Amino acid sequence: MDKFKIEIPECCVVALIGASSSGKSSFAAKHFKPTEVLSSDFFRGMVSDDENCQSVSGDAFDLLYYAANKRLDNMKLTVIDATNIHQSDRKRVVELAHDQNVHAAAIVLDMPESLLQERNKQRSDRVLPERVIRQHWRDVGRSVKGLKREGFRFIYVIRSPEQLENVEIVRTKLWNDKREEHGPFDVIGDIHGCCDELEALLEKLGYIKTDGVYSHPEGRKAAFLGDFCDRGPRNADVLRLVMDMVKSGNAIAVPGNHDVKLLKYLNGKNIVLTHGIDKTIAELDEKGDDFKREVKEFIDGLISHYVLDDGKLVIAHAGLKREYIGRASARVREFCLYGEVTGENDSYGFPVRLDWAADYRGHAAVVYGHIAAREVRPQNGTFCIDTGCVFGGKLTAYRYPERETVSVPALKQYYEPVKPLENANDDMGDMLTVGDFNRKLHITTELMPAIDIHENNAAAALEIMSRYAADPHWLIYLPPTMSPCETSPLDGFLEHPLQAFEYYQKRGVQNVVCEKKHMGSRAVIVICRSSETAEKRFGITDGTRGIIYTRTGRRFFDDAQTETALLDRLDAVLTKTGFWSDFNTDWVCLDTELMPWSEKARGLIRSQYAPTGNAGAGGLSAAVAALEKASARQNVAADFDKVISGENVDPKALLERFKSKKDDIEHYTKAYREYCWTVKTVDDYRIAPFHILAVEGRVFSREKHVWHMENIRKYITGSDPVFMETPYIQVDTENEDSVKHGVEWWLELTGNGGEGMVVKPEVFTAIENSRLLQPAVKCRGREYLRIIYGAEYLEPEHLSRLKKRSLTRKRTLALKEFSLGMESLSRFVNGEPLYKVHECSFGVLAFESEPVDPRL
Amino acid sequence: MLLTITYEGQRTQDLGYLLHKNPERAQQFELSCGKAYVFYPEADDNRTTAALLLDIDPIDLAHGKAGSRDGGLFDYVNDRPYASTSFMSTAIARVFGTAMSGRCDKMPELAKTPLKLTAKLSSLKDNGEENLAKELFEPLGYSVKTTRTILDEKFPEWGGSPYIDLEISGTVRLSELLNHLYVLIPVFDRQKHYYISEDEIQKLMNHGEGWLAAHPFKEKITRRYFNQRKSYARKALDILLGDEENNDEITENSNETAEEKTARTPLNTQRMEAVKNAVLASGAASVIDMGCGECRLTSLLLCEQQIQKITACDVSVNVLEKAAQRLHLDRMNDFKRQKLTLMQASLTYKDKRFEGFNCACAVEVVEHIEPMRIPAFERSIFEFANPKTVIITTPNREYNANYEHMNENELRHGDHRFEWTRAEFKKWTEHVCKKFGYSCEISGIGEADEKYGSPTQMGVFTKNG
Repeated sequence: MDKFKIEIPECCVVALIGASSSGKSSFAAKHFKPTEVLSSDFFRGMVSDDENCQSVSGDAFDLLYYAANKRLDNMKLTVIDATNIHQSDRKRVVELAHDQNVHAAAIVLDMPESLLQERNKQRSDRVLPERVIRQHWRDVGRSVKGLKREGFRFIYVIRSPEQLENVEIVRTKLWNDKREEHGPFDVIGDIHGCCDELEALLEKLGYIKTDGVYSHPEGRKAAFLGDFCDRGPRNADVLRLVMDMVKSGNAIAVPGNHDVKLLKYLNGKNIVLTHGIDKTIAELDEKGDDFKREVKEFIDGLISHYVLDDGKLVIAHAGLKREYIGRASARVREFCLYGEVTGENDSYGFPVRLDWAADYRGHAAVVYGHIAAREVRPQNGTFCIDTGCVFGGKLTAYRYPERETVSVPALKQYYEPVKPLENANDDMGDMLTVGDFNRKLHITTELMPAIDIHENNAAAALEIMSRYAADPHWLIYLPPTMSPCETSPLDGFLEHPLQAFEYYQKRGVQNVVCEKKHMGSRAVIVICRSSETAEKRFGITDGTRGIIYTRTGRRFFDDAQTETALLDRLDAVLTKTGFWSDFNTDWVCLDTELMPWSEKARGLIRSQYAPTGNAGAGGLSAAVAALEKASARQNVAADFDKVISGENVDPKALLERFKSKKDDIEHYTKAYREYCWTVKTVDDYRIAPFHILAVEGRVFSREKHVWHMENIRKYITGSDPVFMETPYIQVDTENEDSVKHGVEWWLELTGNGGEGMVVKPEVFTAIENSRLLQPAVKCRGREYLRIIYGAEYLEPEHLSRLKKRSLTRKRTLALKEFSLGMESLSRFVNGEPLYKVHECSFGVLAFESEPVDPRL
Repeated sequence: MLLTITYEGQRTQDLGYLLHKNPERAQQFELSCGKAYVFYPEADDNRTTAALLLDIDPIDLAHGKAGSRDGGLFDYVNDRPYASTSFMSTAIARVFGTAMSGRCDKMPELAKTPLKLTAKLSSLKDNGEENLAKELFEPLGYSVKTTRTILDEKFPEWGGSPYIDLEISGTVRLSELLNHLYVLIPVFDRQKHYYISEDEIQKLMNHGEGWLAAHPFKEKITRRYFNQRKSYARKALDILLGDEENNDEITENSNETAEEKTARTPLNTQRMEAVKNAVLASGAASVIDMGCGECRLTSLLLCEQQIQKITACDVSVNVLEKAAQRLHLDRMNDFKRQKLTLMQASLTYKDKRFEGFNCACAVEVVEHIEPMRIPAFERSIFEFANPKTVIITTPNREYNANYEHMNENELRHGDHRFEWTRAEFKKWTEHVCKKFGYSCEISGIGEADEKYGSPTQMGVFTKNG
């Protein structure tokens, strides 16, 4: 016997229809995955512990449909395994399919009554009265002929157990599914009869006309976004050209609203001859009936949208929101043709549109036309490329995967727009939406595939962002935290370069760079050549052209004057050294250290550091003076061995102890003073850049650190004393002399309270066995650490306890934050939408809210 | 960290008997967070000085006690090991406990006799409150000498040190001196190194017996002694004042804003009342309280029949948790609970949940927003929430001239990014009205000053058309 073939779309709702005991569940189990089948019995059991309890059917079906909706949200085929013998039951199935914009399929198991009665009697779980089975059987028979009218698109009736045995289910792709086509594509916007411009554009894109048909020597395909005709001068020619390209496989096309209107006309429907269709009709009349028929068939065969290149590219005339991509329904088709409208008209008589692109959060690039504006409008990964050629604008193509646009200007204005063309980005565009951030976030980065941010950390980040951070348009990067090197086993050292070298050497990194750690505050600088660039590239509209911000995204300077002055000086330097032209950019993002520390840490120094020194000096001097007197007075040598509570103690020993503490506090005070100076003018600031992070079109994360250092020296430091070089050396961790030299260099740096150094692998991003290594570890000076661990930390009794510290958490955070920082830069450079860039900075702040030992 | 007590007179070595510590021996004692030493820098017939020196372990302070998972209360860089703090009080009680109780079996008469005593404390943190030491000790009959250094001699512009060296002398019983010191040392910097439990009330009563109730600054002492524990301070005062009426509101000093230090009827109360009235006058049935803080406005509005729906939002989850406690959300009845939504929200992000209210209030919020984020704040409220009525209050900077303790250019609260003069506020309201299609009426809240206007300014915006 031949197979009984059942063809259904890959994603649809399948209703099984059949009497009790008709074998629906075993059929479902045989042909579908267990997770695809939602059975009413199962949900009855779930809400009541009894699969046969009919009184809970209401709750059971609510839950079943809730689950069905969730599956379909995720584009998963869903089988409703219930009797579905009443029209009211099936109505719910069809409504579900409608709501989800998928097709509904019905598979009817219309078994002979005798068989049903037989099976019913043998059931162990529930036996229904004979009359009930008979009623079921009759209901099924009556259902069949109404299914089409009820809204089922695919209907299959199985009439015998033999046929049932022989079923083969074939899952078909939807017409819009062209995920296997990878292009490359040249997506071309609304043409409206501008054939001269279309030909010019195709030629500019490298298409060659052979035997009257355009094709691309490299196999590129054109993808037309519809609206081929109306208003322009050569409508029939455009249709001819497009049809030929599509038929010869050199192009794909989706229909526009104008094309559909033309189809209606060709089908003999009554239409209003406005918006330039009269001209098209006149041209078609001239071409004759064969041409008309060809056009009719062509438009009729067009699919409203296509999903291309593994789902990464979507084309539709008026765009498509994420929920509709890859689905098929009248609603989806309407959207593709007309966009999302409120149903109201504006003062020009045009439909009022909803801004679906503002809420678009899909991963696919959606390229569309329909609404003419002067420029291409990118928004959240969607691109409207209708640049109003027929209105005297230009005809634009979007090259994919290159993600660039190519245009040719209109030869003339063929049609006067009723409503002036919209300008590109109105300033009300682009504000971040809280719904993207106040939840658990899952961020995929190039360096780390999956970074999860928990809801409570996201809540903390939302607070910090809202209360302190600068305009998110500027925050294209937040620096990662940095871990210290492993704790040194050497006496008298908490941190020592040997551990830093060892960390990298053990992980296969032979060459490292040691950079002096300036004791200042981390400052990220974003500077544009002009406020116009800031507006165009960053969406900054307050007239500023740059910013200096802290590691938490807060504006570094409260007064705009200082910031402006520093940025102006930086621009002067970059202009003078030819940076802008050599890097072919009009903005740059720098990672720097800004000094003095006392500028940013003023509050901390005056409320904590200085008072501790002051109290210590006062208290310890008094203590030492008192102990000196007591020691001079008392020469009693008591038994000092058993020093228990209330027991004797040698005042001389105490005196030594407190003298040492006094020494400690003096060293401590000396250490923090190193990093304080009073700023009177902008000249008193020092900025030491250490990474050139990104410029237009490039993130410098593949360049070695030495490259960064050399280019900073070449282009930024040396001429204006504010911009300071960072001393560095290279160390070969396999070479004893080199390591020794590294240690000596560090000792010299830190001898006078210097903060220490940062040890980095030679390359910007070091990976060992596909695991990311720390991008840098710090190695802080002995004296400097007094201001971290307290004046007395080097006293052996203290140091031994401080050495018990764990770096694991800090290092995990450092890696995640580093990945996020690099990711946000590359997203920004690649022109990804604001929320995608912000997500990364937001993530860094979220991790900074994790409790981790702040001294590390 | 160092206390010295000098006894001048005859046979002053007897101080050793009174303290139960032999002047010829230096001794050490274990404390929970380090050690204490007692020794005598001088011991002559006519002048004997005992010293109590603390040796506090800074690592223990930062780590917390061994085995504790909470971590320490303090940073490694900390003045606690060096300053004279509650650690000193604890050490006095531990080491000189018997002397403090006035017991001396060997010389009971001497213990009861007022002696010429001088106590010196180094690095006592008064945070620059020049009169504090005198206020506290002079009423007890001491003559008081204080010296203050500058914070860091290398940076004179940083100003004076927050510490004083204190010398008090008087003719008192030793036990009295010790009790005075025990109670008054922690009054200086208001920090305690241990968790304050209710037992502390009894401790204060014991050590303050016979002098605290008569002290003219007893309220200040009590309040500061229980710094973070308002209720304990109230209980202690009830005991101290006996039958006297004690209705004075005790405010929590640490969070006190400039306004609270001055106002008679708290300005905040007047402000909430004014905003509530403006909401009701607008005819609103649904309100969103943006930046609700501890939900003072929200709780007022919840009691108004006119208001059917109220959403209170704040950007801080901690603040919301406190607000939920304050509102007793967990036991609020269903009717009230259904009117109220509490949620975390930010006024610089677009938020669909802001839509659909008749009235939005932002009470004392705008001044907490970074100036460069004000445009986003405006759009959140006026463009996205877009209610018929918007009520915004903010301080009037000009009025600050009336706050005596405020320096020029100082703002009323540490988190304020700016404060607007009346002209600046007016200009902003005009800009908003023009941009978003509203009209605005400005009024003042609080007692108005002829020259400077009211302390708070309120704008009531109404959507045009």
